[in-house]
Amino acid sequence: MTNTDWPLWEVFVRSRRGLSHTHAGSLHAPDAEFALRNARDLYTRRGEGVSIWVVPSSAITASSPDEKDPFFEPSADKPYRHPTFYEIPEGVKHL
Amino acid sequence: MTTTTHTHTAALALGDDALVLSHRLGEWMGHAPVLEEEVALGNIALDLLGQARILLSMAGDEDELAYLREERAFRNLQLVEQPGGDFAHTIARQLYFSTYQHLLYARLASVEGPFAGLAAKAVKEVAYHRDHAEQWTLRLGDGTEESHERMRRACTALWRFTGEMFAPLDGLDLDLSELEPVWLESVRSVLERAGLAVPEGSRTGAWRAGAGREGLHTESFGRMLAEMQHLHRSHPGASW
Amino acid sequence: MATAAAHQTARTQPHTGQDSGAGADEAYARAFDATVAADERIEPRDWMPDAYRATLVRQIAQHAHSEIIGMQPEANWITRAPSLRRKAILMAKVQDEAGHGLYLYSAAETLGASREELLDKLHSGRQKYSSIFNYPTLTWADVGAIGWLVDGAAITNQVPLCRCSYGPYARAMVRVCKEESFHQRQGYELLLALSRGTPEQHAMAQDAVDRWWWPSLMMFGPPDDESAHSAQSMAWKIKRHSNDELRRRFVDICVPQAASLGLTLPDPDLKWNEERGHHDFGAIDWTEFKEVLKGNGPCNEQRITQRRRAHEEGAWVREAAAAYAAKHSSGTEVEQA
Repeated sequence: MTNTDWPLWEVFVRSRRGLSHTHAGSLHAPDAEFALRNARDLYTRRGEGVSIWVVPSSAITASSPDEKDPFFEPSADKPYRHPTFYEIPEGVKHL
Repeated sequence: MTTTTHTHTAALALGDDALVLSHRLGEWMGHAPVLEEEVALGNIALDLLGQARILLSMAGDEDELAYLREERAFRNLQLVEQPGGDFAHTIARQLYFSTYQHLLYARLASVEGPFAGLAAKAVKEVAYHRDHAEQWTLRLGDGTEESHERMRRACTALWRFTGEMFAPLDGLDLDLSELEPVWLESVRSVLERAGLAVPEGSRTGAWRAGAGREGLHTESFGRMLAEMQHLHRSHPGASW
Repeated sequence: MATAAAHQTARTQPHTGQDSGAGADEAYARAFDATVAADERIEPRDWMPDAYRATLVRQIAQHAHSEIIGMQPEANWITRAPSLRRKAILMAKVQDEAGHGLYLYSAAETLGASREELLDKLHSGRQKYSSIFNYPTLTWADVGAIGWLVDGAAITNQVPLCRCSYGPYARAMVRVCKEESFHQRQGYELLLALSRGTPEQHAMAQDAVDRWWWPSLMMFGPPDDESAHSAQSMAWKIKRHSNDELRRRFVDICVPQAASLGLTLPDPDLKWNEERGHHDFGAIDWTEFKEVLKGNGPCNEQRITQRRRAHEEGAWVREAAAAYAAKHSSGTEVEQA
């Protein structure tokens, strides 16, 4: 008997033009073609998307919780990356 | 016949096709081979039901037409009333019908007439139905030995109901027989890619071609209607 | 760096802490407790106590099973729906339930349980689904009663789950609750049409409410003093309110709704208690609840048999698709424009 346990896929949906694809959830499908079709049926049944990506879950490399510090701490260290870091005189617009 | 009654005749035929196939697909709910397919078959059934409601409303009151006509007054193709059978039969039925409906709606959308608006919207839905049927035909035909054999049997069993699709239909300003070679080519191409032979038998069956369009149906259809109409008919004049 | 929960890795992650020192384990546990205390979400790859993981898998799986078994009593009426409008609504609803089952199985998979394994447990009776679906749908009005009362009770239970401490479950519930809002309304509207219809239709509606009212109250689970898992689930913020609290809330909501429907609720003891600010209601027959839970409800056998049959009869289809995929393995990323 063939293995009938279809692999897991992660689904990313662009909800409308101008936005990035965001993770919507996952599903099972035998191959990429069906993963796309199942994703359309499942995650955009109410017109929630204009474009879909599907990626085998096994193809995703994730940071591990242990790595949390080295990966994410430095950005917390760089407040100048955020606009609120800068003081702008009152009344200055379009900044 | 006036233009209006011509339109009614055609709307009834196309509406009945959509209504009956939608009902047959609805029979799968809760029984599909995999959960993802519950959702996919449900989508197709809902699209078809939406088309049926628009088409039947062009011919009269949708519920009166769906629930109060006798079997002989239904104008759908015999193909769509065939029971779901196994999943292979459902897919073969869908492949034959969606390929036809796609060609027909594409044509209707391209010419001015009472069906242009509906066809323009429906052709997109049907493209997806056709694609779904094609994808499954490939997988069942070229999957395992068992699936190949089931798909082969289903394609052959339903082949005899496919000639009727191209019989002339009152109220449609187009020659349906022109669609036939394109349909044959399209179905042949899918079957070939699935490793399936094009069935050899006659495409009209021993029964008259065009019988469904004239109100002659197959045995299981009466039962289907009995189930579909029973509740509505048990409460005459009630609203739901 | 990945943004998504990589499910596989959740399975292999040393979540039990067996291969790390006791000190590291304690640090993980402290981080977990702090996250829950701060009302933040636990995500798949975080360390979590084994019992938390097991509780969630059990609860999410039972929830998913309930969605797909719950398709059956309603699908029972799709082919007999008395108008095309109702037929479309019912099909869309049953289809949504399949979708909700899928969201929930996905959430359970982030905890390392595969769907195949969960379905196996359902089919062999090792995992349960909501007992409510072991009652039969005898008339068309039952479709309305399920929408109004059963979905109503489910929503009362589910809305707080949108804030559950486990991220993937909470997110699945947000989606489910959003989609379910129409389920309850269509049921109410269906019953209203019957109640205001012919005398036969009105009687059909009342009969359905009479049969579904008590089982709906049982959906909130046993009374608080007998509920086996409640206290720990509340501490972990998987559960936010007690069974009795949610049940009271539900009764208070339903009483005026029943009055607007022109239907009565089958409980002579039901009355407003000014002092408590809630309705008093009659005693629930917990013997019946336990019997149905044990498998002696009117439809237990039928529901699980149909589910098993669909799965077994579909095996050749799933095998075919897997075999085809193995023969034609294609690229891994595909975009649909």
